Amino acid sequence: MSIFEKFEKIDRRFIFLLVALAVLTPLIFKVTMKIPISSPVKSAFKAVDTLPRGTNILISVDYDPASMPELQPMYRTLLYQCFEKGLKPVMIVQWPLGLPLSINTMAEVAEQYNEMARKEGKDTVVYGRDYVNIGYRPGGVAQVVGIGKEIRDYFESDYRGTPLDSLPMMKDIHNYDNFALLFALEAGSMGDIYVQYANARFGIKIILGMTAVSAPDAYPYLQAHQIIGLLGGLQGAAEYETLMKRPAFATMGMTAQSWVHVLIVLFILIGNIGYFISRRKKRS
Amino acid sequence: MHNFWVILGVWMAAFLTLAIFSFLYKDNPFYKFAEHLYVGTSAGYMLIYTYFLVIKPMLIDPISQEHQWILLIPAFFGVIMLTRWFPKIAWLSRWSIAFTVGIGTGLAITGSIQGLLVPQIKGTLIALHGWNGATLNNLLIIIGVIATLTYFYFSKEHRGFVGKTAKLGITYIMIAFGASFGYTVMARISLLIGRMYFLFHTWIPLIK
Amino acid sequence: MRREIPLAITFITALIMIVSFCIPHAPFGSMQDVSLKWYSIIAGFTMLLGVDSLIHMHSVKIKRKKEGWVYSLVLILGFALFVISGIIGGIRFGSAMDIRSSFMYLYTYMIVPLQSTMFALLSFFIASAAYRAFRARNMDATLLLITAVLVMLGRVPVGYQMWHSFPAVAEWIMAVPQMAAKRGILIGVSLGSLAVSLRIMLGIERSYLS
Repeated sequence: MSIFEKFEKIDRRFIFLLVALAVLTPLIFKVTMKIPISSPVKSAFKAVDTLPRGTNILISVDYDPASMPELQPMYRTLLYQCFEKGLKPVMIVQWPLGLPLSINTMAEVAEQYNEMARKEGKDTVVYGRDYVNIGYRPGGVAQVVGIGKEIRDYFESDYRGTPLDSLPMMKDIHNYDNFALLFALEAGSMGDIYVQYANARFGIKIILGMTAVSAPDAYPYLQAHQIIGLLGGLQGAAEYETLMKRPAFATMGMTAQSWVHVLIVLFILIGNIGYFISRRKKRS
Repeated sequence: MHNFWVILGVWMAAFLTLAIFSFLYKDNPFYKFAEHLYVGTSAGYMLIYTYFLVIKPMLIDPISQEHQWILLIPAFFGVIMLTRWFPKIAWLSRWSIAFTVGIGTGLAITGSIQGLLVPQIKGTLIALHGWNGATLNNLLIIIGVIATLTYFYFSKEHRGFVGKTAKLGITYIMIAFGASFGYTVMARISLLIGRMYFLFHTWIPLIK
Repeated sequence: MRREIPLAITFITALIMIVSFCIPHAPFGSMQDVSLKWYSIIAGFTMLLGVDSLIHMHSVKIKRKKEGWVYSLVLILGFALFVISGIIGGIRFGSAMDIRSSFMYLYTYMIVPLQSTMFALLSFFIASAAYRAFRARNMDATLLLITAVLVMLGRVPVGYQMWHSFPAVAEWIMAVPQMAAKRGILIGVSLGSLAVSLRIMLGIERSYLS
């Protein structure tokens, strides 16, 4: 029995262990690598970065803990970018199980930003004046079409029940027309719904930040200019962090990601060599 | 006090994380415990959000504070959806289902034409001028879309020219599936990185 | 009548959506607005159906002391814990979703680790599957395999270290051949769903009522 054939019969728990080590080692030893930037991320970043101060931007937070490591870094960096550029983000949530994530992260990033702003003598951000989270309502497609006319028909109050009209920032916000763009962070099909209804019917510009599983499906939208930017998975998040010059979880994670990808490519190679050897033996 | 609750929470989360990972060795009571806890807590979460994010703000508040009595109609349809629990009157739930299916199909008909077919076909009708890389890519896109569609066109037998085009369609589809596999690997590993980061940064601070 | 009324409801509501799309003015525009809002409210109730059947199933299991009933008890206790903390949050802060409520605390330290780890398990299985099942058995499988490897290396920083053009190659695969195939599938699927929607609207397809 050749070494490759032996490899074929290896206990899968050994493979599990190798994968765990490949993730952990670069994280512990803080190995970092240069993050190459792709053009769909660059255009997404530029579209947000060039908006004038005071512009409203709609951020749809549509993921839950299952895809948190991929999309949360995008959300964090984007929120920070909004605060720094003086943009006014309004968070909307289409995934009920993700609502607490959108609330907690928003509070954390605002606190971090304010700490920095106080040190540097900049303006701090205040909930209701500079950012708002209108929370979750059911309906999916129906709601996406419905808020094209009036947000208050569905969200008469924010996530904790405060009436929208009592939040200064929301006074003049009624529908998609009042936003420069929609940045949707998607773990499922809501991105398609936004593109097919919010963009096609109401003309709002869309950027999609997607999990790597769904990102390939968004390329047809990108080529047809139905979306103006695309961030795919942890790599997309790392690219956005790099463009913001704020390397964080995604940038660090991409080294571990690299190691595991190389490991899996090696697995595929070894597995195939073993396969060809045993096939040749069988034939002869 | 605040710190105590955070530490307790982190330890609880670490225990649950390890309980689920223990399945990698083999199925065991810790995994089963965590698995059932996951389903139960998610169901409890759903019940609470249905009240606080649907029933209260969309029905109770507008009816009690603004007297929007008309909302009793969707409330009625919502409640009769629950008649599925009672076999004798379960047929009533069909009314609510029919309503939601009607809205869904009506939206899908207009949405798929306006939001998908028209822009996607328009995106494929691209000019091929000049002999350069962009033209070559555009040509590859046009051929690929037609070939893939041909592969899924079963009303004509896949022989001759149609057969060859469909075969080319498979080639394109294999490339797409390969790319999707690569991306899926990336997605899954990212989730593992997230958990490892929690265990070895938030719980045991090995990662600085 | 048990069939006719639902079929009529489906037809009329679908028609309202289509007509109001073409003529968004009164009275169709407002009919659409009302229907969409009602839809959202009714859709909100569907979640209760799933929750009820789950709790019912496990309660029976506990009552009859069926095998594994202890785990069913864990499930019910987890459920009760969230419902009670949600109610307390509602009473104390006006909403369970208030950042200070115990409901949010339990979400952060229970649901987050449970759900995210459940999905993180898949990373190990996909690695093992790549090793055991990903074989270049024929031309098509080889093509799939090569693309997967190119994309896997091209979309991570180490690919860039190996060869600076790797990311560009991966991006080209995604934007040209991959995109073309996905578009073909997308157009095919949407033509299919258009046909199904029309059949449902006209009452030809009725399986959703069974």
